Amino acid sequence: MSAIGIDDIDRLIGVEQYVERGEFPVEQGYVFTTCSSVENGNPLFWDPEVAAEVTNGPIAPPTMVSVWFRPHHWAPGRTSVALPLQIHFDLKEGLDLPEAVMSDNTIVFHEPVRPGDWLTTRQILRSVSDEKTTKLGTGRFWVIDVEYHNQNGDLVAVESYTGFGYRRAGNGGAS
Amino acid sequence: MSNVSLLHGNVAVGDELDDLGYDVTATTIVLGALAARDWRPMHHDKDFAVNRNGTRDIFLNTPNQAAWFERYVTDWTGPYGRLQRMTFRMLGSIFPGDTMVFRGTVTDVGVDEVGCGWVALDISVSVEGDVKTTCKARVALPTEAGDNPWDRRGDNWRP
Repeated sequence: MSAIGIDDIDRLIGVEQYVERGEFPVEQGYVFTTCSSVENGNPLFWDPEVAAEVTNGPIAPPTMVSVWFRPHHWAPGRTSVALPLQIHFDLKEGLDLPEAVMSDNTIVFHEPVRPGDWLTTRQILRSVSDEKTTKLGTGRFWVIDVEYHNQNGDLVAVESYTGFGYRRAGNGGAS
Repeated sequence: MSNVSLLHGNVAVGDELDDLGYDVTATTIVLGALAARDWRPMHHDKDFAVNRNGTRDIFLNTPNQAAWFERYVTDWTGPYGRLQRMTFRMLGSIFPGDTMVFRGTVTDVGVDEVGCGWVALDISVSVEGDVKTTCKARVALPTEAGDNPWDRRGDNWRP
């Protein structure tokens, strides 16, 4: 994990970084818990016969894709955890932009995720804008993609995050 | 929900989905956070949320809101509806005691170059008329009985 300076941006656009494998395989228990939490009665997730007919076997709800990468709250021997969207934090630090907000988030769904799958993720910086001034302050917008693949190399989803890192008006530097 | 699905030809621009109202409790928020493996304290510890985040209570996390939007869309489509993409914009928080209301409208319909029928939706979740999150979604629907968007792979799936 390292800060990204302004001179590094061109060479990092489009480069895969922070490739990580999930800590456990996709599992049915979390599918039930998630469906239960939102009272989702879609029979794809509850009725094996429907799942066999419609999706050739059980799948996880597509919007769960990021669930499989949130680290355990505790694990033996762990000293630090990579932050989700590490590139976002690298940019904040490297460009000396102490504040940041995410303006929107898009998820595009590809191959279904199935119980037993092992997913990997990678982060890709897509763009960094010139300096802009908004009502929040002066800074830069950036777009970061997070790609998810299964153990067969199939793309299962891409999340795109648009962030704005900035200094508040009247704030001369990083805190 | 049955396993009968909406067909693409039965949807038109301007169609409105039925509203979904839900009374949010602390359990809704904690269950949603834990289901999403989101252990951050502002989603289960009221003291932390109030004193550190400056919010009035714990609040619904983003991944669980995505799960709510998915449920709202597939309640409408049935199981053959296959999400292609969703874009979220968070505008405010949802707290215990709120009644959240999901509303959706069809904004576009089309068939892509490989014959996949899709529908675009504008969805929002509001509390007392105040929009908290917006979601633009695109979902594939069967174009006829026997068509199944889930069968599409590789170049035949262009979300």
